[in-house]
Amino acid sequence: MEANIAIPSDSKETWSGGGVKPFGASYGKMMMWFFILSDALTFSGFLAAYGLTRFKFIDSWPIADEVFTHIPFIHGDYPMYYVAFMTFILIFSSVTMVLAVDAGHHMKKNKVTWYLFATIIGGLIFVGSQAWEWNTFIKGSYGAIKTSDDKILQFVKDGHQVGFADFVVGDRGDERITHTKKNGLWFESGQTVPEYSVNQVIASYKADPSIQIKSELIDADKKQKIVLSREKGLEELLKGTQIVEGANLQVNEYGNTIFANFFFFITGFHGFHVFSGILINIIIFFNVILGTYEKRGSYEMVEKVGLYWHFVDLVWVFVFTFFYLV
Amino acid sequence: MAHAHESNVKRIWMVFGLLSVVTIVEVALGIVKPDSLHLTRFLGTSPLNWIFIILTLFKAYYITWTFMHMEGEKKWFRRSVVWTAVFLICYLVTLLLIEGGYLFDTLGPLVNW
Repeated sequence: MEANIAIPSDSKETWSGGGVKPFGASYGKMMMWFFILSDALTFSGFLAAYGLTRFKFIDSWPIADEVFTHIPFIHGDYPMYYVAFMTFILIFSSVTMVLAVDAGHHMKKNKVTWYLFATIIGGLIFVGSQAWEWNTFIKGSYGAIKTSDDKILQFVKDGHQVGFADFVVGDRGDERITHTKKNGLWFESGQTVPEYSVNQVIASYKADPSIQIKSELIDADKKQKIVLSREKGLEELLKGTQIVEGANLQVNEYGNTIFANFFFFITGFHGFHVFSGILINIIIFFNVILGTYEKRGSYEMVEKVGLYWHFVDLVWVFVFTFFYLV
Repeated sequence: MAHAHESNVKRIWMVFGLLSVVTIVEVALGIVKPDSLHLTRFLGTSPLNWIFIILTLFKAYYITWTFMHMEGEKKWFRRSVVWTAVFLICYLVTLLLIEGGYLFDTLGPLVNW
């Protein structure tokens, strides 16, 4: 074989590499594998960076069970269930994909079509679930106070976390309201003013002896966040500068801001992979319907796209472990 | 392709069952968090975390070998992909986690809780 010589090839062979098959794998499949390898290393870089940061703040890292506790349409504290559901959806869509590949090997066009369709639906459900998860995380659940030394203070009553609405009373005391375009001199809108002010929260804390403050610090023996005494809590609360509701790239009511940054970045990057996987699956789906691969005599393209789709599932297995379980 | 195209449908469903069972075990352990596994230490972290990591690698193996059909590829092609990833990731993770521990040891005492 003229392995080292560039041969001008018919442009139709761009994706097949002609007849040369090192290791018995076609050009396209081999390149898909090496792309997956490089992508796997990228994800490893992100997850390892997450690990480094978590180790750096090991005594105050947010506890996942206290962050991701929501299920759509149901109130209450249910950690894990929703993300377990997402994991199942993705594993199942991987199964339908591998069934499509298997049907392709037997040139069963109808089966390939339906299995690919199921895979696309599974992918859409997963991306939709992830959007919901993001939305819930951004909105937040209880709200917290950020202090001048960048700590997050949460509020608990009888051992359960409570929101501002559960104990804050009285007037906010500073007459501030959200400045909107409607009443703006220069047709500008201002930052949203939170419903409660820091001073109002402090006054309500003083007034209600059943409220305690949960710090970010973790008790290493119990693996739970330390709840401060009333006096120590007040001392910390007096340093409060800002009401924090939800999480974004600047503040995070659940604790370390960088936890939110990693969450957005890693699940976002994975979600983007799922999204592009769905697009590629849709293209392949229509090609199957049009009979492109039937004419070509091989459904190998379904197999190559399947590899990418399984890889997305593979990455999720690791994201699931390191964000939600460990 | 080198390998024969016998139907693998039965095996696919079996692997799906296996992956589902492992995920259910993970989720159950994640919800219950038994104190004996969660609050004790073994090789630098809790036994529970080791269980999660081992089950994750177990799932990763089955996804790669069965769903991605790595088992059917030529030995050295498989190794060129898998070994590259495994060695580089082990190296990266080891260094970064050691560095993270060092950062905590040096910076942690400066935080006034």
